Amino acid sequence: MTEKTYREALTDALFLEMRRDENVFVLGEDVVGGTGSPHAEPGFVGGVFGVTGGLHEEFGLERCIDMPISEAGIAGTAAGAALAGKRPVAEIMFCDFMGLCLDQLMNQAAKFRYMFGGKATCPMVLRTTYGAGMNAASQHSQSLHPLVTAIPGLKVAMPSTPADAKGLLSTAIRDDDPVIFFEHKTLYTITGDVPDGEHLVPFGKARMVSEGDDCTLVATGRMVSFCENAAQALADDGITCDIIDPRTTSPLDEDAILDSVEKTGRLVVVDETPPRCSFASDIAALAAGEVFSSLKAPIKQITGPHSPVPFAKELESEFVPSPTKIRDAVAEVVNFK
Amino acid sequence: MQLAREELEQAYKQMKTIREFEEHLHREIMTGSIPGFTHLYAGQEAVAVGVCENLTEADYITSTHRGHGHCIAKGCDVIGMMKELYGKADGLCKGKGGSMHVADMDVGMLGANGIVGGGPPLATGAALAAKLDGKGSVAVSFGGDGSCNQGPVFESMNIAAILKLPSIYVYENNRYSEHTHCDYVIASESIASRVEGFGIHTVKANGFDFFEVHEVMKELIAKAREGNGPCAVEFETTRFYGHFEGDPQDYRAPDELKDDRENNDCITIFKDKVTEAGLLSDDDINKLDEEVNSLIEESVDQAKKSPLPSPEDVTTDVYVSY
Ligand SMILES: Cc1ncc(C[n+]2csc(CCOP(=O)(O)OP(=O)(O)O)c2C)c(N)n1
Ligand SMILES: [Mg+2]
Repeated sequence: MTEKTYREALTDALFLEMRRDENVFVLGEDVVGGTGSPHAEPGFVGGVFGVTGGLHEEFGLERCIDMPISEAGIAGTAAGAALAGKRPVAEIMFCDFMGLCLDQLMNQAAKFRYMFGGKATCPMVLRTTYGAGMNAASQHSQSLHPLVTAIPGLKVAMPSTPADAKGLLSTAIRDDDPVIFFEHKTLYTITGDVPDGEHLVPFGKARMVSEGDDCTLVATGRMVSFCENAAQALADDGITCDIIDPRTTSPLDEDAILDSVEKTGRLVVVDETPPRCSFASDIAALAAGEVFSSLKAPIKQITGPHSPVPFAKELESEFVPSPTKIRDAVAEVVNFK
Repeated sequence: MQLAREELEQAYKQMKTIREFEEHLHREIMTGSIPGFTHLYAGQEAVAVGVCENLTEADYITSTHRGHGHCIAKGCDVIGMMKELYGKADGLCKGKGGSMHVADMDVGMLGANGIVGGGPPLATGAALAAKLDGKGSVAVSFGGDGSCNQGPVFESMNIAAILKLPSIYVYENNRYSEHTHCDYVIASESIASRVEGFGIHTVKANGFDFFEVHEVMKELIAKAREGNGPCAVEFETTRFYGHFEGDPQDYRAPDELKDDRENNDCITIFKDKVTEAGLLSDDDINKLDEEVNSLIEESVDQAKKSPLPSPEDVTTDVYVSY
């Protein structure tokens, strides 16, 4: 184990996987930085969030490819290379820009295997950042995991810790299906113990963040630590929670969620997207459909409002679910009569 | 140089307002009072002003992430803009948009844009609306060198060409998109030569010189107004600050910025030209500078005093009637 940041853990996974398999390569805007520059040696960016830093020194510019601002081209190049046997790891700087490459993801990469009768694989990873918290306004703050989770054929990972960041990215790269990999932009600097060497976290296997009796909290990414915060405050009042981080929204560890809800009888789902057709509503529907008779209180969904993400600090912090809102929701379902 | 005195004064004042607006932000961002991502337009003023001085409020523009200059040049209220950047309730977009989304429909400013390449399709649509209205309005899209590699930008130019729309695609080539040099990501000889391939009349011009920008645009805009279809321009220009504040700019040549500031400062070039030709005196310039400075001071003062948005504003304006 070594203490690493979330960012370092991701970089670690890329180094190991690129060493292990020469079919793995990275591409994206400024993933190296300065390729073809008349004035500088390439390598001074390493991705705008610093995740691909240093890779080109070991693997060269052939496997670390700076791309033009052409998101559709980047996603399509990755999909096509994957179809032809490579394992590209494309970076799309903000998931909001997936708007430009959605055709390549939802009509192409997601569908090959099925449409071609199981004869094709598309082992690409599309790494992207998501989430509010930087006052980056409506086109740089969205959480679009529900959008891609809804598309059969795409797998979706959302690490909440440095160890999971490494383990899930390694698994994503080895997976033969297209994976959309969501990194929360406020998590890059968090630290945690990360296993050295090969570390694989299987898809579809939730992480039990904490265990309790009174309520089940389900959350991913940044919202996991918000739930932990809320749970600590609740523990002072004698309320204890299961906190479940599904790690991947597709495939989804339904059993972990349902077993927990059967035990606690209460469910609060937390996500920082708008509420409609969301991850939260999906989990709520799952529990309502499968373990209805165990429920002692209505299911609560703590999400952002039905609005884009606003710019001003005061508005943005109102948009994002807070530990206080989560705590109040748990208290409400626990006290439900 | 056949501009009337008032036109020269107006042009100078606009360029200087943009410069001082950005210089203020440059200082203020360090203090942390400007939230979010802010990209400064300082250095490129001659392009925005040279273009927009040929437009009226009935014409449209679309802009970019580096949009403050376009907004000011098109006539957005400077005080409202400053309030917006401070995230205030009475900002031009009520604190919802911030730097990357300043917009004002009343003056034909269809928005700065956080999506590189987001503007040209919208300008194409505005040009279609203008054509259908038949009143001679035009639409101009501003875009950086980096934006010319986006598919939707290609599609829009082709659509404009086949429909003969009154749209003008302005590319501000400041040599870099983020940290990447334009020569690496643009395979054609120039942006202009590529755009020619869409069957669009395209000009390459010096964006450091207000007068050249103004003259080139005057002709192109007049043609577009007369129904001759779209055209495009690639302006050579430079940005005086990093891609974002705090960008160390390691990707520039050692003396590049110094050289640009000394020899390619569009405001100095303008000043030298008009004073040498005796069109405006140093006193005239000083007076305009004072006006600009007090406007910027006033805007900052008001922005700092303005009320913060309140939490319930988050869900307003999602739909026309929420
Ligand atoms: C679709 C999209 N991709 C990437 C980005 C991130 N980004 C913001 S500005 C920028 C560079 C733009 O370069 P250019 O068009 O030359 O404009 P300049 O910054 O030089 O004004 C990039 C890559 C974005 N905002 N939108
Ligand atoms: Mg540029």
